[in-house]
Amino acid sequence: MIHSLFLINAAGDIFLEKHWKSVVSRSVCDYFFEAQERASEAENVPPVIPTPHHYLLSVYRHKIFFVAVIQSEVPPLFVIEFLHRVVDTFQDYFGVCSEVIIKDNVVVVYEVLEEMLDNGFPLATESNILKELIKPPTILRTVVNTITGSTNVGDQLPTGQLSVVPWRRTGVKYTNNEAYFDVIEEIDAIIDKSGSTITAEIQGVIDACVKLTGMPDLTLSFMNPRLLDDVSFHPCVRFKRWESERILSFIPPDGNFRLLSYHVSAQNLVAIPVYVKHNISFRDSSSLGRFEITVGPKQTMGKTIEGVMVTSQMPKSVLNMTLTPSQGTHVFDPVTKLLSWDVGKINPQKLPSLKGSVSLQAGTSKPDENPTINLQFKIQQLAISGLKVNRLDMYGEKYKPFKGIKYMTKAGKFQVRT
Amino acid sequence: MGIFLPLVWFRHDDLKEMLDSNKDSLKLEAMKRIVAMIARGKNASDLFPAVVKNVACKNIEVKKLVYVYLVRYAEEQQDLALLSISTFQRGLKDPNQLIRASALRVLSSIRVPIIVPIMMLAIKEAASDMSPYVRKTAAHAIPKLYSLDSDQKDQLIEVIEKLLADKTTLVAGSVVMAFEEVCPERIDLIHKNYRKLCNLLIDVEEWGQVVIINMLTRYARTQFLSPNQNESLLEENTEKAFYGSEEEDAKDAKAEAAVLAKCKPYVMDPDHRLLLRNTKPLLQSRNAAVVMAVAQLYFHLAPKAEVGVIAKALVRLLRSHSEVQYVVLQNVATMSIKRRGMFEPYLKSFYIRSTDPTQIKILKLEVLTNLANETNISTILREFQTYIRSMDKDFVAATIQAIGRCATNIGKVRDTCLNGLVQLLSNRDELVVAESVVVIKKLLQMQPAQHSEIIKHMAKLTDNIQVPMARASILWLIGEYCEHVPKIAPDVLRKMAKSFTNEEDIVKLQVINLAAKLYLTNSKQSKLLTQYVLNLAKYDQNYDIRDRARFIRQLIVPTEKSGALNKYAKKLFLAQKPAPILESSFKDRDHFQLGSLSHLLNAKAVGYQELPDWPDEAPDPSVRNVEVPEWTKCTSREKRKEKVEKPFYSDSEGESGPTESADSEPESGSEENGSSSSSGSSSSGTEEEEEEEEEDSGEQSEDKEEEEEVEKRPKRKDKEGSHKAVLGSAGSPSEEEEEEERAKKAKKKAPQGRKGRVETSSEASTSESSSSGSDSGSEAEAKQRKPPSSKASPKEISLLDLDDFTPSPVQPIPSSSIISTSLVTDLEGLTLTDSSLTPTLLSPAFSAVKTYELLHRMAGEGLAVEYCFSRRPFPGDPHMVAVQIQISNNTDTEVKNLRVNEPKPLSGMRIQEFPEIEHLAPGDTATVVMGIDFCDSTQAANFQLCTHTRQFYVSIQPPVGELMAPVFMSENEFKKEQGKLMGMSEITEKLTLPEKCQSDHTIVQQLTSAANVGRVPCGASNEYRFAAKTVTSGSLVLITLERREGSTAQLTINSEKMVIGTMLVKDIIQALAQ
Repeated sequence: MIHSLFLINAAGDIFLEKHWKSVVSRSVCDYFFEAQERASEAENVPPVIPTPHHYLLSVYRHKIFFVAVIQSEVPPLFVIEFLHRVVDTFQDYFGVCSEVIIKDNVVVVYEVLEEMLDNGFPLATESNILKELIKPPTILRTVVNTITGSTNVGDQLPTGQLSVVPWRRTGVKYTNNEAYFDVIEEIDAIIDKSGSTITAEIQGVIDACVKLTGMPDLTLSFMNPRLLDDVSFHPCVRFKRWESERILSFIPPDGNFRLLSYHVSAQNLVAIPVYVKHNISFRDSSSLGRFEITVGPKQTMGKTIEGVMVTSQMPKSVLNMTLTPSQGTHVFDPVTKLLSWDVGKINPQKLPSLKGSVSLQAGTSKPDENPTINLQFKIQQLAISGLKVNRLDMYGEKYKPFKGIKYMTKAGKFQVRT
Repeated sequence: MGIFLPLVWFRHDDLKEMLDSNKDSLKLEAMKRIVAMIARGKNASDLFPAVVKNVACKNIEVKKLVYVYLVRYAEEQQDLALLSISTFQRGLKDPNQLIRASALRVLSSIRVPIIVPIMMLAIKEAASDMSPYVRKTAAHAIPKLYSLDSDQKDQLIEVIEKLLADKTTLVAGSVVMAFEEVCPERIDLIHKNYRKLCNLLIDVEEWGQVVIINMLTRYARTQFLSPNQNESLLEENTEKAFYGSEEEDAKDAKAEAAVLAKCKPYVMDPDHRLLLRNTKPLLQSRNAAVVMAVAQLYFHLAPKAEVGVIAKALVRLLRSHSEVQYVVLQNVATMSIKRRGMFEPYLKSFYIRSTDPTQIKILKLEVLTNLANETNISTILREFQTYIRSMDKDFVAATIQAIGRCATNIGKVRDTCLNGLVQLLSNRDELVVAESVVVIKKLLQMQPAQHSEIIKHMAKLTDNIQVPMARASILWLIGEYCEHVPKIAPDVLRKMAKSFTNEEDIVKLQVINLAAKLYLTNSKQSKLLTQYVLNLAKYDQNYDIRDRARFIRQLIVPTEKSGALNKYAKKLFLAQKPAPILESSFKDRDHFQLGSLSHLLNAKAVGYQELPDWPDEAPDPSVRNVEVPEWTKCTSREKRKEKVEKPFYSDSEGESGPTESADSEPESGSEENGSSSSSGSSSSGTEEEEEEEEEDSGEQSEDKEEEEEVEKRPKRKDKEGSHKAVLGSAGSPSEEEEEEERAKKAKKKAPQGRKGRVETSSEASTSESSSSGSDSGSEAEAKQRKPPSSKASPKEISLLDLDDFTPSPVQPIPSSSIISTSLVTDLEGLTLTDSSLTPTLLSPAFSAVKTYELLHRMAGEGLAVEYCFSRRPFPGDPHMVAVQIQISNNTDTEVKNLRVNEPKPLSGMRIQEFPEIEHLAPGDTATVVMGIDFCDSTQAANFQLCTHTRQFYVSIQPPVGELMAPVFMSENEFKKEQGKLMGMSEITEKLTLPEKCQSDHTIVQQLTSAANVGRVPCGASNEYRFAAKTVTSGSLVLITLERREGSTAQLTINSEKMVIGTMLVKDIIQALAQ
């Protein structure tokens, strides 16, 4: 299974190494650096690199390469999924996962890694169990620790590992018992030049923040569960109940977790809440081009569209852009040729637009590709698929919890081809 | 932490001091620094003595960090590491399971060969620890020890074997991981644990799931038959099997049986089915590795029709991180070659976004190309057109390749594609042009004659295009088809000769090639040029080119020395060359297990376990039988039903005694196999005996009765001359039968409900002249005895599962012939209770019939519901099967308004609900009858069972034998009807009757227990005939069982409902095999 792990930053420095079996020399990473050089961009580094004696499997997140070294056959997804889980754990522990944070908390990181794998085989990957074993650092705790000399390592034993619900800590206590659920839907779409939809689908997740005392047993039911075409669950969800009754029944982990992710069946037509009018043209004769984008609301169910952000990768021959937005701010990076326009809220009365000219490199012919426009937006209080939570019930505990449900629609990979 | 790091590495003395101090905080500080050094890859080994002293430190964090240090450096400082061992050995004895586990974990992580014996001992002890967590740790320690000293393998395998038998989910994943690392070849260790692993799977932690699923995939490939073997393959196999078995053993009958068994349509081993069924929910896992593992399992093991379910889940993974996408797409690419249809509905999910990383784009393109077919090609090509304008040039090149592949694979669009590609030749980007040239070259090879224009156009490109591969392609094209462009070709050669020295090697080779070809076809114009080029090539730096030049000169230029080959030069050079086939690079990758590293790399990785091919003959499935806990009972029973061919070609011993008893036994924990099974069988044996005694006594008289009846009946039937005397299917409460007093009564009254039933069955008892008035004492005794017996052995159930409810006792159906006194009492008890609705009286009778669970007590929150098929006509609707439902309220509150709600029958199916039960007191049991028209199919009827508070989704699935009602006819009628149902409607099967099933009455009894049929009298003593009609459509089902010499028999079923026939054959064979 997993032999060793190397953390490599963007500059190519190995800033952390951890071995679960005998030590693998860090020179094995040279193969990785080679591959990194060959790939123009970080995300093009192949996730699996064979070397004469080892295989390097890597994931790239937060500008850090997590490179796992393995020696023999193992399902690649097993390792990749695990590495992502490591990153998620770090994020969960420290809020952000960056080189600086990892370096600052190297001991905690090391302890966590030690617990996550035994001899290269995953041992405890549930954040709830890990936090019981090794307490995440907080400012308060750091201060207290320095004064009293107490430690981050939990002095209780990891009883969670023994429980039948390994994802939940035992003995949880809250004064305010609350359970919040966020239904977040993302629209993935490709819109073609003429504005018609090539493909559009809705992917949703239900993220939960549950702070309930004891061992509550929750059931969550939907008004229209048939909308959900394909689902994947947190291990706590009882699959049988879902199969037979379309009800989510579960003993929740403590804290934040992703309860469910789903895909809305393809038969339902996806409402596209925004449209983009664009007019981008480069002329052959002059070194100038015209550029104009307007963003407007389409099917928003009466909600406002917020957090609109337009980005577009310009062709290499574009030197600069002189643009004036009707609202928001825009930036064009002449090095990466990336145009981004932070629009903000869309006011249906006055549609935001970005107009201006593009200056091209003199002497080159006009680029034959048109840039694609990537769109981001958010709509609060709306699940675009129409999914509605019916009710949330709690069994097993006596108190009345505070319950809350929030809906949100976001753009996922939303592209407009021009 | 980062602040003081730079200070640390050159002086360790301060650290040593801190470690030696008495203060825990100082020690901790020091350890933290040391661990930070380790993390950064700095050497801290010289601190070993100072650190190891602290192994027994009280502070838990210091201790943990010392462990970290120890595990890292123990290998380098083995002697010193030994100092710490005693601490861990003490820890192994700690009363706290977690401390025991952690001690074992660190102890086994220290890679010091000297302590191998200690580790071995510790692992063995921990493997039998009370705590599953410690056992899990033991499982983890096994591969560690194995990697340290592989000589311990045999001992470790013993431990693995022991741990594999563990029933906790905590251990399962880890021990299978150990199994995979230590002894993946010992597949035999899995047999006994196979079903358990399948059943535990869903509760195992996700990483363990991956390992188990991968292992089970390999296991299934060795143990089951391919679900996709087609007819032709089957025939071949038959041949083989035939000769094979003849060699071994010359008994004709056996060989014949083997052939016959082989000819049978493929029936999936229930264990195979179990695996597929239990892994399917895991497609919903949040863990991509689990989803992938299930996907590959389905791809490798499932019947073609079922593989489709994985597509959705795999497409879902495409939303995940790009690394996950990368791996998933690789696998999808391989799958989409074999099973294109699977991903076609998700075509759009593979559309490419400009933000995808290039490697993902190229993989998606691969999948899109694999999915292209005549219907979707136009959409795909339109997509490709947008891709060609992408900024990512590598991707554009790949798109052009993809277009080329689409063009070769789909003839319809070849011209469109070619035109498109030709247009690309005028693209400004050279890479695009070059790639197009290469692809066009391949396409042109398919139909060169029509495209001389394109060739001319491409010839012009040689002036501008610089990419060597493209230039070489153009030159090759011109050379190959120089006859189509006779004017241009020599000119191109002239130009190329001029620039020869500056060309790349591959271009030079093609120039030589072109020259040679021109020389052969048009020597007048090109002789000198060719000479010139060959001369240049002769002095080239590259030896390949020099060699080629020399070789070609000898071949084409006639000299006095040149041999016979010269004459054939033209044929050699200008032979018709087959067009290249553009294939996916993912073709044939599926010989690697999907989802594996080897598959991804397309090369065998270290430690890769080959996925074996399906066996031609399934190994003995009984090896998986274990002393059965409740849940496997049904599966093993099913298994026997479906695997009846087994006894024919393995010898029947394997299937008989031990299996039987093992199966029928209640859970017996870790008891040893032999002893427990013997105890089980003995207990059931005594019951059987009792049973038989009773039966025997009743039998004699009944037999006579039966004979009389047999003779009487047909006569009457003959008179009527019709098969309207369908009994039980009250479909014909017919007129002619009015003269038949008894039969009529039975028929008419039965449908009338409970009262009627009382009468009929009381009649039954009287007519049978058996002791209907048997005392209540024996009845009670029977009650006490029955429930456990029915539980203990399924066979018993069938023994008792006579047609207790057959409404017409006068009929010479076997049930009456073998009915025992105790049964009659049961019967009576039942009817009594039925009328009076006393549930306590009901229970024994119910457990005697095959009851099925509708709602488990746990799932129903205290409400338990069972059902059985009463085999009575359903009052009111003759097309419905009567289902008797017994509801018991195990809660401590009253259940109100119990009713059926929202039946959701499949098309055509109808459900007649039972009247609402107003209230059911705690502890009470109620029995109701509902009618279901199953439309002669074994599809389950789904409906909701509602109480005043809750509703439960339940479903009733009828065994095929319950979809019919007995028909009574004469031998002649039977033969006549049988004559009409020949050919396709006839299914014949050979079988071996087990010893227990030799006597007439057991055969009849087993058969009637399996299906609700009526016996037809028969002249021959070795034949048994039965007839029935399906309930809904009234199609006849005729069953003939002919006994041959020895213990073989032939079963023939004639029915126009072929599906029912086939299923019935299976069921009957299963029933008889018991």
